[in-house]
Amino acid sequence: MSATMERRTPEPGTWLGIPEFPKAAKVGLANAQLRKNLAHATTTIRAKRVVRASEVPDWEELRTAAAQIKDRVGRHLDTYLLQAEAAMTAAGITVHWARDAADANRIVADIAKAKGVDEVVKIKSMVTQEIDLNEALEAEGIAAWETDLAELIVQLGHDLPSHILVPAIHRNRREVREIFVEEMGRYGTPAPEGISDNPPELAEAARVHLREKFLRAEMAVSGGNFIVAETGTLVIVESEGNGRMCLTLPKTLVSVVGIEKIVPTIEDLEVFLKLLPRSSTGERMNPYTSLWTGVTDGDGPQDLHVVLLDNGRSRVLSDPTGRAALRCIRCSACLNICPVYERVGGHAYGSPYPGPIGAILGPQLRGLEDARDRALPFASTLCGACNDVCPVKIPFTDILVHLRNKVVEYKTADHATGEQALMKTAAWVMSDGKHLAEAQLATRAAGGVFGKRWLGKLPIPIASRWLRARDVEAPPTQTFRQWWKKNREGEGR
Amino acid sequence: MSPGSGKTVALFATCINDTMKPSIPIATVTVLERLGCRVVYPPRQTCCGQIMTNTGYWKEALPTVRNYVSSFGDYDYVVGPSGSCVGSVRHQHEMLARHAGDEPLAEDAKAVASRSYELSEFLIDVLGVTDVGAYFPHRVTYHPTCHSIRVAKVGDRPLRLLRAVGGIELLDLPGAEQCCGFGGTFSIKNPDVSIAMATDKARNVTSTGAEYLVAGDQACLMNIGGVLHRDHEPVRTIHLAEILASTEENPR
Repeated sequence: MSATMERRTPEPGTWLGIPEFPKAAKVGLANAQLRKNLAHATTTIRAKRVVRASEVPDWEELRTAAAQIKDRVGRHLDTYLLQAEAAMTAAGITVHWARDAADANRIVADIAKAKGVDEVVKIKSMVTQEIDLNEALEAEGIAAWETDLAELIVQLGHDLPSHILVPAIHRNRREVREIFVEEMGRYGTPAPEGISDNPPELAEAARVHLREKFLRAEMAVSGGNFIVAETGTLVIVESEGNGRMCLTLPKTLVSVVGIEKIVPTIEDLEVFLKLLPRSSTGERMNPYTSLWTGVTDGDGPQDLHVVLLDNGRSRVLSDPTGRAALRCIRCSACLNICPVYERVGGHAYGSPYPGPIGAILGPQLRGLEDARDRALPFASTLCGACNDVCPVKIPFTDILVHLRNKVVEYKTADHATGEQALMKTAAWVMSDGKHLAEAQLATRAAGGVFGKRWLGKLPIPIASRWLRARDVEAPPTQTFRQWWKKNREGEGR
Repeated sequence: MSPGSGKTVALFATCINDTMKPSIPIATVTVLERLGCRVVYPPRQTCCGQIMTNTGYWKEALPTVRNYVSSFGDYDYVVGPSGSCVGSVRHQHEMLARHAGDEPLAEDAKAVASRSYELSEFLIDVLGVTDVGAYFPHRVTYHPTCHSIRVAKVGDRPLRLLRAVGGIELLDLPGAEQCCGFGGTFSIKNPDVSIAMATDKARNVTSTGAEYLVAGDQACLMNIGGVLHRDHEPVRTIHLAEILASTEENPR
């Protein structure tokens, strides 16, 4: 039968062809519409976050508490994981352990095959993007349908997510309408005739399209925002209600959850459920917060599975500086505040985790073997705006600088590089004011040549990267140390 | 009695100002001496090492930590006209020494860092002055540089000093707290993003109608000023110290 060769779901875009960040960034930068959309969206959400954070008198204490809870979980992760496994098992959940993406994908596919289902509905989840679960299921002939509106737009658009919370942030309503008109009918209920790009009409089309899938689905796949170790409770935080549908209608529910998502007790949730919506969407309270503890007879899924995923997290945990990245609760505040993300968009980061968190988490999860991962820690001006908004106080810029050091060590391990030679020279120059004074002979000579003129576009390697759009004032013929000698000699040491 | 009398201040000129813009440390000396401080310039000083540190070359940054400690270790007050350089000294030097396994250096670095001040901090927190007697009758807009507000954490001190300047007209900069795109070697490693950010910043600056853009970090001013100059915009850049040094008798 030729149908077995055909795809069940829209073929997505691929991260594979995306080049290193500096090159990939050009695509987003050149797209004026994208930059306008992103600037508008991020500016709006930023302003909302500031208002919502400032309403909470103990906001800073909450941030500190969240960081401390997450750090404690990291320090005793082995204990908490076993406690969570025991509690979940006692509640009737089947717990699976997955070392990597392949493990997790195989476990989910095996459950689907054992159940005899050939399609699953999905709640929006970053971790299943990370492991590329949809494509793994597709390869097994199982269709995975995204039910979050933005994920649906990405899926139907043969696209890639570009934001953690709003994965279709790079699309405008006209594009969404086109995607719906073109694609919905191929994969289920088509968009209504004559649909406009009015958002309520588009949302209604999605609702109808998805309803058919919700009512038919025998199995759902989710991620998980939190697992409470003491009770074995799973928590999903979402804002459209699609998650609630997935968590209640299908008979089987499989949740893939990163091992860092543990919180010790139910009380600890309070901290995060206050921080997350205000940091993420700028809302006081999250619209749909689902908590479930095992199987309840006659209510909701009767077969529950949890796949606990490592996929590089143990390695991140082993780095005392880098491990703070595991505190992340996927709120997106760092993306929304980031001036680099705002101008470039998410795709240039080359993975489902874009922005500052992608720049620190991606290279740690995956390692530094790929040049694209080695470029990510440098995709930041170190302006530090992300540090200030992060609800779990991740020290982004410290981790970025730490990873830059790791990249340099990696690159220079086998052979010297040109940059390294420059930095070694700088190290010598800056080791003593006498050396710096010698080096300044060159800048003073240049100052003599150029006088008071500014330097414009010059075809000098490397310097042209600056001079392409920025002039430089010619250096002065007298340095400060000379001025001091001339005007204050004898007062120094 | 003038607020600075009896206080000896070691000037940390910073390598970029020393080499590229001596008018800034000269202005810093002018302000500090006008307020009665005795200013000294330890000549072996060089650089905070940030260009190496933030590019990932921690081993290569270590000599600057040693140099800073030996240059400034004997002084009660070290003052630098840069939030970024002073911020790096305070936030990174101890870490670099510790990373290299040099505990004694880490302790020394920590001690001297705790006595290191960005100019506006020293004027307001140590000398207790907001009005330094400056006069600058121009339209000015202020860019709070990222490292001055988020690493050195100078807060609104520069603005408080500027508000007290005679004749000045301060204009609000739209999107003031967004980065100008300099980022040290970021400007070379990711030139396209850097230029896009600098261009947006320059556009916001010109929209204010200011004659001068002021900031506490020359590197950022070089970046924004480079775009302004290329685009033939009449706005000039000026360092905070230079405005504070300007008086009615000795205008800039």
